Amino acid sequence: MSSANAPDLTRDDGRTRREAVVRLVFFVCAVLSVLTTIGIVLTLLSDSVAFFAEVSPVQFLTGTSWSPANDPVNFGVLPLVTGTLVITIGAAAVALPIGLLTAIYLSEYASDRARSVLKPALEVLAGVPTVIYGYFALVYVTPALATIFPTIDTFNALSASLIVGIMIIPMVSSISEDAMSAVPDSLRNASYGLGATKFTVSTSVVVPASVSGIASSFILALSRAIGETMAVTIAAGNTPRLVDLTDPAGVFLNSIQTMTAAMVQLGASDVTGQSIAYKSLFAVGLTLFVITFAMNLVSEWIASRYREEYR
Amino acid sequence: MTQQNVTTSESDDDSSTASPEPGSGIASNGTAEAETTTTRSVIESRNLDVYYGEERALQEIDIEIPAEKVTAIIGPSGCGKSTFLRCINRMNDLVDSARVEGELLFEGKNVYDADVDPVALRRRIGMVFQAPNPFPKSIYDNVAYGLRVQDDTENLDERVETALRRAALWDEVNDRLDESALDLSGGQQQRLCIARAIAPDPDVLLMDEPASALDPVATSQIEDLIEELAQDYTVVIVTHNMQQAARISDKTAVFLTGGELVEFDDTSVVFENPEHQRVEDYITGKFG
Repeated sequence: MSSANAPDLTRDDGRTRREAVVRLVFFVCAVLSVLTTIGIVLTLLSDSVAFFAEVSPVQFLTGTSWSPANDPVNFGVLPLVTGTLVITIGAAAVALPIGLLTAIYLSEYASDRARSVLKPALEVLAGVPTVIYGYFALVYVTPALATIFPTIDTFNALSASLIVGIMIIPMVSSISEDAMSAVPDSLRNASYGLGATKFTVSTSVVVPASVSGIASSFILALSRAIGETMAVTIAAGNTPRLVDLTDPAGVFLNSIQTMTAAMVQLGASDVTGQSIAYKSLFAVGLTLFVITFAMNLVSEWIASRYREEYR
Repeated sequence: MTQQNVTTSESDDDSSTASPEPGSGIASNGTAEAETTTTRSVIESRNLDVYYGEERALQEIDIEIPAEKVTAIIGPSGCGKSTFLRCINRMNDLVDSARVEGELLFEGKNVYDADVDPVALRRRIGMVFQAPNPFPKSIYDNVAYGLRVQDDTENLDERVETALRRAALWDEVNDRLDESALDLSGGQQQRLCIARAIAPDPDVLLMDEPASALDPVATSQIEDLIEELAQDYTVVIVTHNMQQAARISDKTAVFLTGGELVEFDDTSVVFENPEHQRVEDYITGKFG
């Protein structure tokens, strides 16, 4: 049947090869981040194993004193964990309500014009380097707080957690707003059609239908607060202490040290690569990683669970 | 507050010349219900214009919609029929660019007066939308939603049941009221939306192509239901399905491109003896 007019369907080997090369380039890019993550986890693990060969994990996880470089050396991580917890609680108290209300405003109430001003402003807030937030807290927020709380420390958990809270508002509001904007208008119309006010539409339809996105935004923002380093190192100081949660004034008005700040301090100090103090840096890093990783898993789980329920 | 109107031949002033005796026409062809009694009009528009930005979607609509009848609004896509429907309960307020001029009277009160709260208006006028849009909540919570929103939760169980029975859905769902409404079929979901709309017992039920997303069996269930509901409610239904309008409505309004109300009369008159050539062309499928 083949004639002179038959189309030429022969494979072009050059093109096939080019496709294979392109495919490889894309694959390498995609794999790069995975390999980096694996490398980081392996490094954290191997140095932590070296650390735990000398300090028992039980002692590390339950010890209530942290003094890695000075005699008597103590490697109890609890003061650092509670320091991080204090910052996270304070930041959550600021960022979750304000971020959520901002998202509702942007998604349900704001005119196109208000939205076109506010959204870029929030993005700018998210883009400010964290070191600037840290100095802002130290130089402006703490003195302002001192007029209300005269006993406040120069370095204190309150200004640090407030500033971290402000820092993560854009994260809460933008992810939550994306989730709310994805709620179909048909549901809003149904609610308005039944005589609901804007507030009722927001609280009884939009927020419940986007709860998985909102929960994810909360958890991601808290992960960010837990991992935040520069601002808390600058504003909250470096006083590792086991906080007494029954005394909120004592907790917030004084200096604390977070896990991240302790790592900065260790890394910047003159401890050597072979010392136990240096290795403790990786053990703290591993602890931090486990916490944020677990939170991301929870966030994923919530998102998938509610996606099923609401389809 | 209400006005008594003779609406059997009220469509337009000029209609009197074309069909002086619409009542006799109905009686002779026998397809429509006897509809020669004096009927009150619930909704009345006067010189109603709607603009979306610069674009005029409705032009000087004058119409009187009778109580406890089914009024169908038909017309080609983009003729403004949904826009008109959404004017009645001020859903167009939710569109930033929409602007309404003229009057739309509900029980004699212009709903565009400055002192009218659209929330209060929508509590008197229920709406069913084109695609079923149940909330991602239980069947019970969907039906109870309007009553709860209106803070009217006395005898809630009873009223949810009544609404589901009237929507012909009770027998299918009474053993699983706490299950998600999203697990129902499309036709069941739309009947649920009707139950949700009638649960607060509104005066008027607006339906925007309520069967367009459904299969033929579900469509015929919805149509039966609409005829039932018209015994107690004033129903205004937008449809692009002319057979549907002919089957279920007492009155038919024909909107044509450009947002004009071209003809409004008893359904049998509109379908069998339309006054305007353009309407006849549309109904017989020459365009649209």
